[in-house]
Amino acid sequence: MSKIRFVEAITALAALALSSCEREDRRFREEPPAANAASTATLSPLQPGPTVREVKTHSPYQENAYMVNEGKALFNQMNCVGCHANGGGGMGPALMDDEWIYGNDPQQIFSSIAQGRPNGMPAWSGVLSNDQIWRLVGYVQSMSGQLRKDVAPTRNDDMFSGPSEQRATEMKPKKANPGPSH
Amino acid sequence: MLHRSLQRALVVATCFLTACVAGFNESALRPEGPQAGRIGSLWWFMFAVAAAVWLIVNAFLVWAVRRGRRRDLPLIEPTGDAPMKRSVVIGTGITVLILTVFLVSDIATGHALGSMPRKDALRIEVKGHQWWWEVNYVDPTPGRMVTTANEIHIPVGEPVQIIGTSPDVIHSFWIPNLQGKKDLIPGHTTSTWLRADTAGVYRGQCAEFCGAQHAKMIALVIAEPRDKFEAWYNSQLDSAKAPSDSVTTRGQQVFLKSACAVCHTISGTRAGGRIGPVLSHIGSRTTLASGWLRNTPGNLGGWIVDPQGIKPGTKMPPNNIDPADLQALITYLESLK
Repeated sequence: MSKIRFVEAITALAALALSSCEREDRRFREEPPAANAASTATLSPLQPGPTVREVKTHSPYQENAYMVNEGKALFNQMNCVGCHANGGGGMGPALMDDEWIYGNDPQQIFSSIAQGRPNGMPAWSGVLSNDQIWRLVGYVQSMSGQLRKDVAPTRNDDMFSGPSEQRATEMKPKKANPGPSH
Repeated sequence: MLHRSLQRALVVATCFLTACVAGFNESALRPEGPQAGRIGSLWWFMFAVAAAVWLIVNAFLVWAVRRGRRRDLPLIEPTGDAPMKRSVVIGTGITVLILTVFLVSDIATGHALGSMPRKDALRIEVKGHQWWWEVNYVDPTPGRMVTTANEIHIPVGEPVQIIGTSPDVIHSFWIPNLQGKKDLIPGHTTSTWLRADTAGVYRGQCAEFCGAQHAKMIALVIAEPRDKFEAWYNSQLDSAKAPSDSVTTRGQQVFLKSACAVCHTISGTRAGGRIGPVLSHIGSRTTLASGWLRNTPGNLGGWIVDPQGIKPGTKMPPNNIDPADLQALITYLESLK
């Protein structure tokens, strides 16, 4: 009996050790930008014919602190800051609140970045690789507290007016509403 | 004479240890400027004193062992605390004296390294990026400022001020033949002076661990006579060469319509990215990927297509470019002398 317990405990510890690597995993060789697949993301479950079931997708880097931090660097370097500020919004919509005009699902965020959106958001596919866009997706998720605390960025390279993404309050996303309001 | 040959033998031995690259005598023991010369003198002085201490201590040890083996001599019995105390006091006194002399000469050397004041000296800003060096030549006339990367040209025999900083993590600028290390720190500028007394190419290395590709972050300092330096400087001031034939024109179009232009600048074109190194005169540089590859068309092609295979983790993503387009792009970039 106790032997089985012991084996169980060791297995659990080993599994824990393996799973904790994900946070610091560096993935260097990802696919090039021209291999950009057409996105299958939809903005609404409404469509002609039978109703599609909403499927929650998984962002490849949402548990990877390194990649999310790389996304943060890209967010500055690609001048996302110019319109979205540090998440508070300006010319572009805020990214730290609960409103997701084109959806909060990782695949939907990916499409918004890759395809661009009306009223000023440029399309980044072909310019950024899929891999880089996924890093950005991870960072965008962190701004409204969608990621685990130990994954979200903790610091800034420059002075920053607000608390880090790690301390962002989690915002429960409202339903996507790509209406004419914005 | 003996001193010279011993010095040479030691340098060769150090070279083997550090696996020095053929063609570069990258070593702090081969000073080519006054600052490295001071460091070299201090090193040899400390080496000589330490070697003497080592020899004396070992001589005593050998003497003690040999004397202890002699059966015909009487054993030396301890005769109270006084002689022991005297030896300890003398030994401690000598050690303190040697360390004080080291401390004073070290501080004096450090002080001398810090400045080489001359008001009209050439000022160069060096920014350490993950994992390459951005180099800006400061000039009071904005139109005469030059930006380049990884290869720093300086005039021989003139003091140069290096002003360093970093936009990401701490790096350290180190050209062993010319000067000691100077850290490049985010949000803070540091300054160091160097002067090369002999023309040549001096290889340097980032000396502060800065991430996955720290080892492949190499800088070259190219010291050349004043007139050659001026000619190089003026060539860098020009806009990038416009494409002259159909191949280079196509290459330029490929550059502008693909991801390259987002991060790199080529002066005189729409490409104005500030994330990667400036490529306006890439054809005139001798190396690629921060001193890691020789600048040949083959290496350039390999770097464009699969930089993550060469320097895993570098900010440059892999690029899937049509072979004919890639050829044109390489020809165009190599034409930017």
